[in-house]
Formats: sequence, structure tokens, C-alpha cells
Amino acid sequence: MADYKVQFEVFEGPLDLLLYLVKKEEVDIYEVNLTKVAREFIEYVELMREFDLEVAGEFLVMASTLLHIKSRDLLPADLQAVDEDGEEGEDPRWELIRKLVEYKKFKDAAERLEFIEHAQENVYPRLPVAVAPDPQPAPARITASLFDLLGAVNEVLRRFQTREAREIYAEQWTVGGKIADIRERLAGSAQLRFGDLFAAAGSREEVVATFLAILELVRLRQLDLIQEDAFGDISLCRSAEFEWEAGPATAAVMES
Amino acid sequence: MELKHILEALLFSAQKPLTPGELQALLVAANEASPNPFGDAKARDIVAALETLSQEHEAGGRTYRLVCVAGAWQFASQPEYGLWIRALVGQKPRPARLSKPALETLAIIAYRQPLTRAEIEQIRGVGIDGVMQTLMERELVEVAGRAEAPGRPPTYGTTKLFLEHFGLRALDDLPDASELRRIPLEKPREPVTSGQDTTTEAPAQATLEEVLQSEPSATPAPTP
Repeated sequence: MADYKVQFEVFEGPLDLLLYLVKKEEVDIYEVNLTKVAREFIEYVELMREFDLEVAGEFLVMASTLLHIKSRDLLPADLQAVDEDGEEGEDPRWELIRKLVEYKKFKDAAERLEFIEHAQENVYPRLPVAVAPDPQPAPARITASLFDLLGAVNEVLRRFQTREAREIYAEQWTVGGKIADIRERLAGSAQLRFGDLFAAAGSREEVVATFLAILELVRLRQLDLIQEDAFGDISLCRSAEFEWEAGPATAAVMES
Repeated sequence: MELKHILEALLFSAQKPLTPGELQALLVAANEASPNPFGDAKARDIVAALETLSQEHEAGGRTYRLVCVAGAWQFASQPEYGLWIRALVGQKPRPARLSKPALETLAIIAYRQPLTRAEIEQIRGVGIDGVMQTLMERELVEVAGRAEAPGRPPTYGTTKLFLEHFGLRALDDLPDASELRRIPLEKPREPVTSGQDTTTEAPAQATLEEVLQSEPSATPAPTP
């Protein structure tokens, strides 16, 4: 009994059950022995009545139709013909098969729809993110070229060119130290002028160390160099790509 | 440069599927900004160019297609790549899958619309109150009009959302639409009986195709 119950839940209605019984016969829907199917159908309905009377209502109508067909089949053929002519002229057998064929068509169509529905879940439309118009267009920023940079550092170095006398002293300025210095200064202000960085420089070595520190920070993409006008002053600003609060990990990189 | 190239570029950058009408408006706007030979393209030409593009993408075996869903065109990936795209963008926000009864009812409405609730129930052989409510709530089905029958019962049809849910261009795009949409809903042909001494032709000779392709108003076969 329990097995039957599970099966009932699969059937959407009497036509569904009927279709299942016809399929079980493994014959063409037009050649199925409706009398035999009728018996099986009624057996199912008998079981269903024990479980769910409400559902059985529609099934009972079908059961009575099947019984009607069965009763006609029991009549001798000549009697049947007379009977048919006398009545509405509609063979309930044909009527039922026609309904069954139509129902099957839509049951199949529903399966195809289901297939499409599932396939559709794997279809991703291309919906690019909106290109939001910039509300405040930034001033035209020209990215400084390497030559602009060399020109700028030469400008600074020129200050020290006149010194002829040479001293030998311990290396006071390291690139790592200058990186830390630049980072610290940029933490305070968003932008630094290139010239200002060298304003306090007291030697070529310090200028060179500072310059190398800038190049290294640019290479690490922590720093952007910007020139607002062609041949204008170069400014340093924090790169948008880099999280500046990340700590002084860069000093170590420099030693290589 | 051809019209189809411009349309491809537009759809590639579009935020939503675009109809031929919307594409035409964009061509007009671009023409006003900077006069060009494509400003006065007809909707007909646009659709033809889109079809050509779509065929080119298909012939090229690309992993995406230019598809038309409910009259609007967009680029969409092929379903077999869903697994990887899902890893990238996550599961698509999507309503629950439809139940079997809902799909059956929806299929009947989709192919036979507009039709009344009673007509649907006649095909399915069961009541459809709960299922119809679900389909209406999900806006896959809507009242399409009223039948010329006693009580003027409402008739139902599918919505634009239905086409979108299944990724269909139009109702003709339904599987086997030409066959299923043509089946007459009502009035059987001449009854056929099972006995040998029947007054009509034997049923076994009627194939499925014959039944399906028969005219709705087929006159009963003459009785001898």
C-alpha cells in the first residue's frame, strides 16, 4: 500500500494516471485495450479513496467514463451499432483517446519547457557595469614621463654641481630611509611637489637616494607622478591602487 | 563600417537588452551629435542586421550568442559555460523552479492562448485553481480578455516575463510551436468505435500526425 501511495503523488490527475497505465501496456495509444486499462484504473482509484477522497473526485469521473466504455464493449457489436446511432453518436472511447493524446502533447511540451527553464539558469546575459559619467572631471593630468623626471632631478642636482671639493663620509642616506620618509610625508598630505622633496637636500647623494626612492615607489605602484601641464611641475601622490596604511614593508624590497 | 558593426558595439556595451526601436533611437541620437550615414536606418534594416550578426556569432562557434528575448536583443553566454561563470559571478538571482503541474498548465496556456480556465481544466483533467494562482503571482500569466461565452469568463495568456523566464524571442519560438499551437482545442471528429461492424472508419489507421494536422472544423466522415 505504501508503495502505491508514493506513486499517486506523481500523478497530476486522472489523465496522467491513465497515460501511465496506457504506457505500461506498451502499445500505441490508439490500440490500447481500454477495458483492461479501465480495470487497473479502478483498482488504483479504490486505493486512492483510502488515502485522499478529495483528489479522488476527478478520478471517479474518469473511472465512470472508463466503466461506460467497458460496458459498451461488453455489448454485441450489432447491438452497439444500433445503440450508437440512437444516441448522441459520440463514441466515449474515441473521445477519451483524443483527450489523452492532447493531454500527452502538453505533458511533453511541459517537459520541454522544464528543460528550457533549467538550461536558461545557465545562460548569463552580458550586462556590463554602468560607465558612470565622472561628476567632477579631474584636471587633465599628464602622467610624467621618465625624461620629465630625469630633467627634474637634473635641475635639483645642478645645485650641487659647483662643489668641487670632495669629502669621504659614511653613507648617510639610504633609499630605504628615503622611501620611509616619502611615505611619511605623503601620509600627511595627499600630494607633494617634486621640487619640495629636494628642497632640504644637502648633497648629491641625498638627491640620488631620494630620486631612487621615488622610482622604487613608482615601480611598486605605490606612487603616481603627475604633471598637470606639459613641462610643468611634477607632483607625487599616493597611488589609488595601493593601500598606504600597509606599513613599511617596502624598505626590505629596496635592498635587492 | 556597417550597420551591424555599430549595433554589435552598442549591444556589447548596453546595460540592458535593447529593442530595435531603442537601437534606432540611438542611431538617430548619434547622427544628431555627428551626422553619419547610419542615422536614418529603418527598423527593418536593424532587425535584418541583428539577425545577420546573430548567425555570424553562431557560425563562428563563439561561447556567447546574440539573442533576442521578448523582442529585445542582448549578448548572453551559452548554457554549457554556466558552471564557470557561476564561479565568477555567483548564482543568478532566480525564482524557484516551476512545479510539474505549473509547467503543464503554463504549457497549455502558452500554446493555446487566449483560453479560459475551464478550457485549461478540460485539457488537464484536473482543477487548476492553486496552480493558476501561482502562475498569476509570478506574473507568468495574465488575464488576456474575456471569452464570448455565457458569463463572459476571463481568458488567460502568457506575459513578457514568461518569454524572459524561458529565454524565448516570441511565442513562435516555443518548441514545436507550429504543431502544438495549431491543434484544435475543441470538437472531436467523427467518433470511431472499436467493433468490426462499425458505421465509421477504424481508429487504428489514424496516426498521431493525422489527428494533429486535421483541421479544427473538419467535417465528420460520411457514414455509409
